[in-house]
Order: sequence, then C-alpha cells, then structure tokens
Amino acid sequence: MTTKKKSDNFIWRHKHLLGLRDLTAEQISYILDTAQGFEQISTRSVKKAPPLRGKVVVNLFFEDSTRTRNSFALAANRLSADVIEFTKKTSSVSKGETLLDTARNLESMGVDIVVIRHSAGGAPKMLSRSINACVVNAGDGYCEHPTQALLDVFTIRKIKGSLKGLKIAIVGDIAHSRVARSDMWAMTKLGAEVTFVAPPTLIPAEVKKLPVKVSYSLDEVIEKVDVINMLRIQFERLGGNPFPSVREYSHYFGLTAERMKRAKDDIIVMHPGPINRGLEIESEVADGNNSVILEQVKNGLAVRMAVLFLVNQAATTQQ
Amino acid sequence: MKTILNTEQITQAVNDLADKICKEASNGVQVAAIGIRSRGEVLAQRLTHVLTEKLGREVLNGTLDITLYRDDLNSHSADAQPQVRTTEIGFNIDDKLVILVDDVLFTGRSVRAALDALIDLGRPKAIRLAVLVERSGRELPIQADYTGYIADVEPDSHVQVNLIESDGVDQVVIE
Amino acid sequence: MNKELLIKNGRVIDPANDRDEVCDVLIVDEKFAEVGKIDRQVDNTIDASGMIVSPGLIDIHVHFREPGDEEEETIASGSAAAVAAGFTSVVCMPNTKPPIQDETDVEYIHRKGRQSRKTHVYTMGSVTKDRQGVELAEMGFMAEAGAVGFTDDGSGIQDPSVMLRAMKYGKMFDKVISQHCQDDSYGKGGAMNAGYHATVLGLPGIDNLAEEAMLWRDIQLVKKTNVRYHAQHISTAGSAELIRRAKKLSLPITCEVTPHHLILTDENCYDYDTNFKVNPPLRTAVDIEALKQAVKDGVVDALACDHAPHLQSEKELEFLSAPFGIASLECALSLYVKALIEPGIIDWPSLITMMTIGPAEIIGIDKGSMTIGRQGDITIIDPDAEYIIDTSKWFSKGRNCPYQGWKVKAQVQKTIVGGEIRFQM
Repeated sequence: MTTKKKSDNFIWRHKHLLGLRDLTAEQISYILDTAQGFEQISTRSVKKAPPLRGKVVVNLFFEDSTRTRNSFALAANRLSADVIEFTKKTSSVSKGETLLDTARNLESMGVDIVVIRHSAGGAPKMLSRSINACVVNAGDGYCEHPTQALLDVFTIRKIKGSLKGLKIAIVGDIAHSRVARSDMWAMTKLGAEVTFVAPPTLIPAEVKKLPVKVSYSLDEVIEKVDVINMLRIQFERLGGNPFPSVREYSHYFGLTAERMKRAKDDIIVMHPGPINRGLEIESEVADGNNSVILEQVKNGLAVRMAVLFLVNQAATTQQ
Repeated sequence: MKTILNTEQITQAVNDLADKICKEASNGVQVAAIGIRSRGEVLAQRLTHVLTEKLGREVLNGTLDITLYRDDLNSHSADAQPQVRTTEIGFNIDDKLVILVDDVLFTGRSVRAALDALIDLGRPKAIRLAVLVERSGRELPIQADYTGYIADVEPDSHVQVNLIESDGVDQVVIE
Repeated sequence: MNKELLIKNGRVIDPANDRDEVCDVLIVDEKFAEVGKIDRQVDNTIDASGMIVSPGLIDIHVHFREPGDEEEETIASGSAAAVAAGFTSVVCMPNTKPPIQDETDVEYIHRKGRQSRKTHVYTMGSVTKDRQGVELAEMGFMAEAGAVGFTDDGSGIQDPSVMLRAMKYGKMFDKVISQHCQDDSYGKGGAMNAGYHATVLGLPGIDNLAEEAMLWRDIQLVKKTNVRYHAQHISTAGSAELIRRAKKLSLPITCEVTPHHLILTDENCYDYDTNFKVNPPLRTAVDIEALKQAVKDGVVDALACDHAPHLQSEKELEFLSAPFGIASLECALSLYVKALIEPGIIDWPSLITMMTIGPAEIIGIDKGSMTIGRQGDITIIDPDAEYIIDTSKWFSKGRNCPYQGWKVKAQVQKTIVGGEIRFQM
C-alpha cells in the first residue's frame, strides 16, 4: 500500500472539530490521510504512542453512549493522554449549573481537550466559544457527529480508493440523525452523490436545499448504489409515531437479504451501530460479506486518534 | 551552495555501506533495512537492493514514520507542522538485524525518536544505524555504525540530500 | 398656582387629531391644555426645535417578570427602561410566577407601577387559571381591578372549546382577548423556525403552521362571538394574510408586530447565539417582506416589542434549553425606525400611529393622543440622532439583546408623563 503524498506545507489550524459542514474537501482528506498513519498503532506489539503524553482529555458525555465514548477513550489512551470520564445527565432546569460552568470547572483542572456528546445541537460550538481547551464534537443533538462521518468516509475510501462519483444511500431516520447530516457533508464534499431514503415523516424540513437527492423507496434505490448506510431507528428520539409499526417500517425500509439480491455485488453495507437486528437490517446482511460494520468500528479508532492529534497540534501551533 | 556528493558518489557511498553491513550479516541473521521518512526511506530501498545482491538472500525493507515520537510536537513553529504518515513495515521485527537508515546524522534527535518507535514495534536482535552523511552537531549520545560520507561543515550550515525518487536529482549539497 | 409646561417649536405629530405641523404644546395641571401657536411666556419651557413631539409612546406587550423572577426584571427597573425608551404606558403580560389571575394580582402590579413613578403600568390578566388552558380565570374581578385585557401569553390556548368559552364569557367585560397563537401540536419542543436552517443546525423546529392554524381557528371563533380579539406578535406571511382577510370582513381583530420579526431571520441562529432564540421564532426574509407590507397597508395596528429579559446565565445555556425571549424595550423605537422608516416603508406619522393611538385603542385606554383634557404624556424624539446600542447602560436588567453594538438612529430626548419630565437625555 502506498500513501498518497500529502501536501508538505499543509498546516492544520482547527483546534476544535465541531462539524464537517465548515470543512473543505482538502481538510477532510487531510484528516483521513493522517488517520492512515494511526492505523498501525492498533496492530503492533505496543499499542501506544507518545504524542499526547502529559495531555488531559476529558470525555464529557451528557448522553448515553458506549461505543463512541470507549472509542475516544481508547484513542486518547493509545496516544498516551490521561483520560477523565465525565458523564452527566442533562438537566432541563434553566437556573443552576450550566454546561459552561461545568466546562470551566474542568478547564481549571488543566484539561487540554474536551470531547463532548450532548443532546442539544450546537452545545460543542457554544463550548468552544467559551473555553480555551480544544473541543471535539462526539455528537450534538441531531446536528453533527463528525468523527462518525469521518470513519465512514475513511472506510469507503479504503475500499474504493476514492469517493468521487460513488452513489451512496443513507437510509432511516434522517430527520433526527446527526450521522446523516455529517455523512452528507463529508460524502458530498468528497465527490459522492448522496440519496436520503426514508418515509416523508422522517425527512427534515426543506431538504431540497441540501446537496442530496431524496427517495421514499428503498426498492428503487437499492440497485443503483455503491454504498448503503443503514441508520439505526432511534426510538428514544422518534416521538409522534412517524410510521405505523416496526413491521411496516422494516417492510419498506429494512435491508433484507431479499433486497440485497438486487444490489450490486460489491455494494458496501454500513451501519453506525448499535444495530437493531431485524429492524433496519437483517442479521444475515449485517453479518454478510458486504458488511463493513466491524471495519467501521476499527477505523473509528484511527480516525479519532488522528482528530485528537490534529486539534492538539493546532492548539500548540497557535501558541 | 556546494555540492559534496554527486550521483556516482552517492551510489558508491551506498555500496560502501552495504559492504560494511555484509561483514556483520555474514552469520546468516535476517537483515531488515528500515528507512526513516522521507529520504531515509529511499536510501533504505536502495540499500536493500544492493544488500540483497551482495548477500544473495532476501533482505527485508520497511519505512518508519517517526512523527508521533518527535520531541518537538508541542513546540513546533507556526509555519511548519510535523505531519503524520504511515509506518510501513510488513514484517515482525523480532530477532532481526535492523539497519536503521537515514540521510543525515545531525542532532541525533530523529534517531532517538526512531529507536523509540522501533522498540514499540518489537524486539529486534540488534539495531544498527546507517547514514549517508554524518556531520557534527550531536545533541544526544548517538553515533552512526555505518557512515557513507563524513562532512566537515560549519554549525549553522545545512546539509541537503536530494534523491531522484523524491527530488528528481541525486546530489548532496551544503547550503 | 397652576403647574404649566410648554413645549415649543417641535414637529408635533398627533395622528389621532390629524396633526403634523411645527407648533407648541401646553400642558396645564398634568393635562393637555392647548396645541398650536402659543405665544405667551411659561416658566417651564422646553425648546423642541428639530425634534418630533409625539403623544407618549405605548407598548402593549412587555414582560417585567414581577412577581416571581425579580432577578430578571422588576416593575421598577422595567419602568425606568420604558421611560428611557420613550414609553409612557406599558402593558405587562400576566405570565409571571404566580400568574396574574385575580384582582389582588392586578392591584399589585398597579401599586408597583405607581411606586416606580416612571411610566403608566397596565397589566393583562390570564385567560385561564394558572395559564393551563383548562378553566377560566376570574376575568370579571380582574377587569374591575383595571386589567386592560386577557391573555395566556407565553402559550396559546390549545383547546378550541376553552377559547370559545373565554371569548363568550369575556365579552361581558368588553376587554380585548389577546392570543399568543401557537398550536403546540405543530411545534412543541421546537427551538427555532422549522426550515432549512433548523435542518442544518439540527434543532427541532416550530412550523409556521403552529401560528397560522391557531390564528385561523381563532378568527372562526371571533366570527361566532364578535369579541375583540388581538393577535400578538404575528411572525409569518400567512398570519399577515389571515389578518388582512379578517379585516376585510370587518371583524374586530387587531394585531401587533415586534421589531425582531421585522429585522432578524432564522439565519441569525447560525452561531447558536441564544439571544436570537425567541417565541414565535425568527422566520424568513419572505415573512419579513410580508410583515412590512402588512405594516404599510395598515393591516398591523400596533408595534410591540415583547420585551422579555432573562438572566445572562440562562441565556448561556444550550440553544435547545435556553429560554425564549429578547430584551429590546430600550432600543425599540430605533429598531422600528431601522425596519420601517429608513427603507421608506412608512413615514413618521404612520409609525407614531402604531405606537400611540393604535395600541391605546386595542386596550381601550384614553391615551395615545394630545386631545385637550387628556393626561399630558409626551415623548420628544430626535429623529436624526445616531447612537450605538449598549446594553451595559440600560435601566433594564435584561442583557439578552441581539442588537448589542448596532448603530441606530432616532433617540428619545425627553419623556413626559402627566406633565412631569420622567426621563431626559
């Protein structure tokens, strides 16, 4: 395998990673290139490197997450940072300790990087305005989940070489999905054609202004796409009965073995996890040859190491 | 600017390095030439080629990216940022005779980083350092085992190694 | 000895009496005594050359947070802000803690207002008990105590049968029923206008239908009851159209528009700055155009700023959890000038109509004009003075103002309430 030669004078200046909407294709590619350099850390005898030695990373999670939190913790550990786990349920009380209070407290302890997951869209951005530490968005409301999208495009690029011209379907609860939004920005910036597939009740307002196509029929889309990303149906966010039943949803929008028969032979099947087996995706497909679901998890680690490394680099460059 | 080595001289220097290494490797130990990105990488490839011929057996080749082990990660200047690239060593380095290859031995800091990086990959039988050019200015207690050329230069001058594979021309100049 | 105050040489704009000319105004014993060319000498004389002399401005939609949230605003601080902004009468909304829902509550607001000795402080009462939208509050007792209208502002009355009952019952007292039109089934939990920007920002939206559906429903109820109905802070093109059609049918319906719905759009929420979080939410440029057209065509009866101060710490919350509201009382006049006069949509007499006699008629008070014998409330405005909005100098406790640092025009020079100068630059 050969590495694409990165531009020698490229300087990463973003000390926060808040979303992919504001990044250019070149910047996204630079993160992916950097992530390649981190892959081997996880495969060798000592699975640790020293670049964040003496740095403190706090995992500030206001929302349940196992996978992303562990992935960030492991990534930080592998770069020799010290990791503080800080889990807190968001409070809806408007008077009391605010997110900013919490963050300022942590900052007083000498935290260098704050990895934040929050149920409110924009919370990481707001945090980045108020503290000096680097802020990495680990998912905010249904705004963005940049590292998930980065690992998605990293995985696709690794298999296909490039995203240029690829047809990608993102299927599921688009309206309430931060993954769909971040994926959309990353994939389209890198040259792919993205189609959102969902019932109209799960498509966000004014989708026409977004750089995507929309389809209400998985059957029409399945034959044409190179990549299909099946979003998890998040019952906790749905509200208001957007489809009549799980049975009917699966019938129209589930990735079944039967539907897979009509897909391209080399279609890549993705899922951000955790999977509702038998709901949005059948076990046979999730565990099948086209599935890269576990590959995604592995790549997530490299991507998150790259992100932690880069934001810290930007922070030290600015000094 | 003064040219101290041209194409032929560079080829000769690599040959000399190979000869010296062959003496030590004559006992049949498996040899791996691992170059430090980016010009050490090219030199290691050339060295591997020559060593394979001279030894008459397979010599392993790899490339080491030392960025994560550099000691200036938190103090680099604003207009240059160390960039992480891939380490490409497709074999287990345990019990091998690792020839660590770089273009210029100056402060010794890159070699220190490379040694740490190598140790995280496994436990070689021995690590030897081979450089094309050695100059004064060591800041760490590190010396080369095999040297192609010793350059006598002023402390503030810069030794630049250019190689066809990366720069389109083979030459070593003092700037 | 009579107490006299003479204001000379100002451009006197008194829309109720069809007056727009340079002349003088004499107040004797707290009441308007004479308007016209007045030659005699008066000890207390104000030279208003180059100024606009307007009947005291009226804002029928403010939140002074008392009782319950005095750390955000009090009737004293709000009243001081009001006169500094040229308002000689304001109407407090009843969504306090507890809500204003009986005669004692109404009297409390009046007493605090009198004690502040700044502006005239009126209040509306709640339509329903605890603003729950279920049982009627004691509208009769509140009306007798001086409540100028009824509203559950902060939320709309969801159940149409409750609204119908409120209208029928409230008709006995001839007070206006004001509605914050928002059908929660279209936008509960929303944080901003439902649209492209909400989609991109990943924030739950409040559809324009939430407002329009309830307004449409209420118009049907007015047709049945013929009660005086006021739509608060309309924000969408659709609402403007509904009001326009209702007025063609000569229904007793009025409406108000806020400065922020004439100036800001949902695009302003881009940085998740909670100072732009307001309810009804900031809409789109298309809505702004429609609202301005409605103002121009006389569809809009009153301008009201929906002054809603909040603690800085509350506005430091995530956009999703921060409270709704913009504090803008102290710069309201300049904002209207920016939105409506500078682009040439209306002239000063029309603006003053919507800030004096327009709102006065909605709530049925004898104010908003310089009619002889009425209380001498006057606002003197320098229409050309430019200044920079600086919330740190405000009398209001609210700092949640998205216009901080804006350069604006038209400054209040003096505010006179009942013949007494209560504010001057």
